[in-house]
Amino acid sequence: MREEIIVRVGAKILTPFIIMFALYVHFHGDYSPGGGFQAGVILTAAFALLALVYGLAAVQRVLPPWFTRLCAALGVVIYGGVGVVTMMLGHNYLGYNALAQDPKYGQHYGILLVELGVLVTVFGVMASVFYLFAGRGRRES
Amino acid sequence: MTAQLPILQVIVPLLAAPICAVLRHGRAATWLAVLASWSALAIAVVLLGQVMAGGVVSYHIGDWVPPIGIEYRVDIVNAWVLVIVASIGAVVAPYSVTSVEHEIASRRIPLFYAAYLLCLSGLLGITITGDMFNVFVFLEISSLSAYALISLGRPRRALTAAYRYLIMGSVGATFIVIGIGLLYVMTGSLNMADLAELLPGVWDSRTVKVAYGFLGVGVCLKLALFPLHLWLPNAYAFAPSPVTAFMASTATKVAVYMLLRFFLSIFGAAFSFDVMALDRVLLPLALVAVVSMSLVAIFQVDVKRLLAYSSVAQIGYMILGLSFASVTGLTATLLHLFNHALMKGALFMALGCVVYRIGSVHIDAMAGLGKRMPWTMAAFVVGGLSLVGVPLTVGFISKWYLILGALEKGGPWIAVAVLVLVTSVMALVYVWRVVEAAYLREFSGDEATREAPLSLLAPTWILVAANLYFGIDAVRTAGVARQAAEVLMAGIGS
Repeated sequence: MREEIIVRVGAKILTPFIIMFALYVHFHGDYSPGGGFQAGVILTAAFALLALVYGLAAVQRVLPPWFTRLCAALGVVIYGGVGVVTMMLGHNYLGYNALAQDPKYGQHYGILLVELGVLVTVFGVMASVFYLFAGRGRRES
Repeated sequence: MTAQLPILQVIVPLLAAPICAVLRHGRAATWLAVLASWSALAIAVVLLGQVMAGGVVSYHIGDWVPPIGIEYRVDIVNAWVLVIVASIGAVVAPYSVTSVEHEIASRRIPLFYAAYLLCLSGLLGITITGDMFNVFVFLEISSLSAYALISLGRPRRALTAAYRYLIMGSVGATFIVIGIGLLYVMTGSLNMADLAELLPGVWDSRTVKVAYGFLGVGVCLKLALFPLHLWLPNAYAFAPSPVTAFMASTATKVAVYMLLRFFLSIFGAAFSFDVMALDRVLLPLALVAVVSMSLVAIFQVDVKRLLAYSSVAQIGYMILGLSFASVTGLTATLLHLFNHALMKGALFMALGCVVYRIGSVHIDAMAGLGKRMPWTMAAFVVGGLSLVGVPLTVGFISKWYLILGALEKGGPWIAVAVLVLVTSVMALVYVWRVVEAAYLREFSGDEATREAPLSLLAPTWILVAANLYFGIDAVRTAGVARQAAEVLMAGIGS
């Protein structure tokens, strides 16, 4: 598809909106359907689209495989880390009330942070899986 | 900080896992894994102490009060299983330092430890949680990482073994989640203690009985009860040595714990034995498992696979104890959880030493090894004696309580006691085949074959020493097991 100018330009225009939509699905997750998991998949879709149009090598220059693998691990640490922080603040594990004066805000921040961890891990895992499948049979030949 | 121990039990290995995965340096990941598994053991021991002193420990995650929130609930039963799993984890982790460098490509070592810690935290999580859905989540964590661990084995058949386990394990997990779903439909609760109170009200409904069936089949797939054991021999035979030692001593034990927890605590011993006739369903399966799998083990030439079949037979003993439907029988089951973990751990670790030196565990390749690797083979002999049930080893204690339980019931159960003795002789036969090869035949392999390094022998011998120690002084283990059995059988006369 490298020569199809409409596809190339179209993909370029769409990419920032897809990423934006992923963030919307994440941050609006507590008021509407969505959350970290869906946001992570949508975010991967943006890079998958670029890889389909511009080729795997071009995307891996922006988003190297080691980074997606780091993301996969980092998200778990963010999720668990929120729990550890609330424990340090004298509450139970994942007791979000510890995160703000007003428990209402505490719960809000807590769920957003935890879901951010989910987003990062889902993005990392999905992108790693995509790279593995897309790159199959190339390294050997 | 002691109030936070129940959650730390799970999250210490759980959070160490992703850190291991991103570490570039294999050694750093190794020592992090060792540290995490040792802290898990320390926490488990302190928790057992707390439970023995002050009764049930309850922990509310996110400060949500149960039954709405997820509760971690430690009583004498799961504190006991936590200690079993964590102590095997703590012994296998340092053992794997040398073994893994030998058996797994170096770039995969950090990932190996990540999967190992995930598997450990999953098993600890299943054991500690008081929430049904949480059980399923941790079951998936431990199973998925177990598939990955098994597929790391050097023979290419490890991949098909792992794949087969993946299919069977997923079927089992699906059955379990269907069972949990049906229970939720009937009661609106996922909290175990809450379910135990709500279920007697709906005992008559067919949905609850169907849920019982789904949970039973799902868990029995996971614990490899006789007709559902087909995934186990290959998975154990082709996995890397430390993985086999770890899985054989922990994964099936946790599945047995799940069975006890679901059927005796949640549904209640009265419902299981009086309404669902659990004992009459399990008894024939257990007997067939013990006899047929001991027989199959006798004819194996791959020693790892021999021990794998023996594991299925030993699981039969645990289920046999349960099918007695008595406190003594259940004590035997709970004791054998611990004792079998010790003996199989020691045996598989001794085989890991053999793999490290000669690269094979075929019975002919092991000919004459007794002189070349005296300490390794001595460990195997002690572990084997324990498997047979010779006095002064832990195996004897398990068999003692099992036979005691059978004699207590009297009548036709005497035949069961005799059968336990007969199958012990069968165990003697398959252990003897290895001993005969190692000690009475001439060594024909490489002249340079030496004793395994100390880093492998020391953890192996720690388990061997535990086999002997708890075989001689069984007061503490039998005491805890009996207390746990009484808790599980509460509400029904012994």
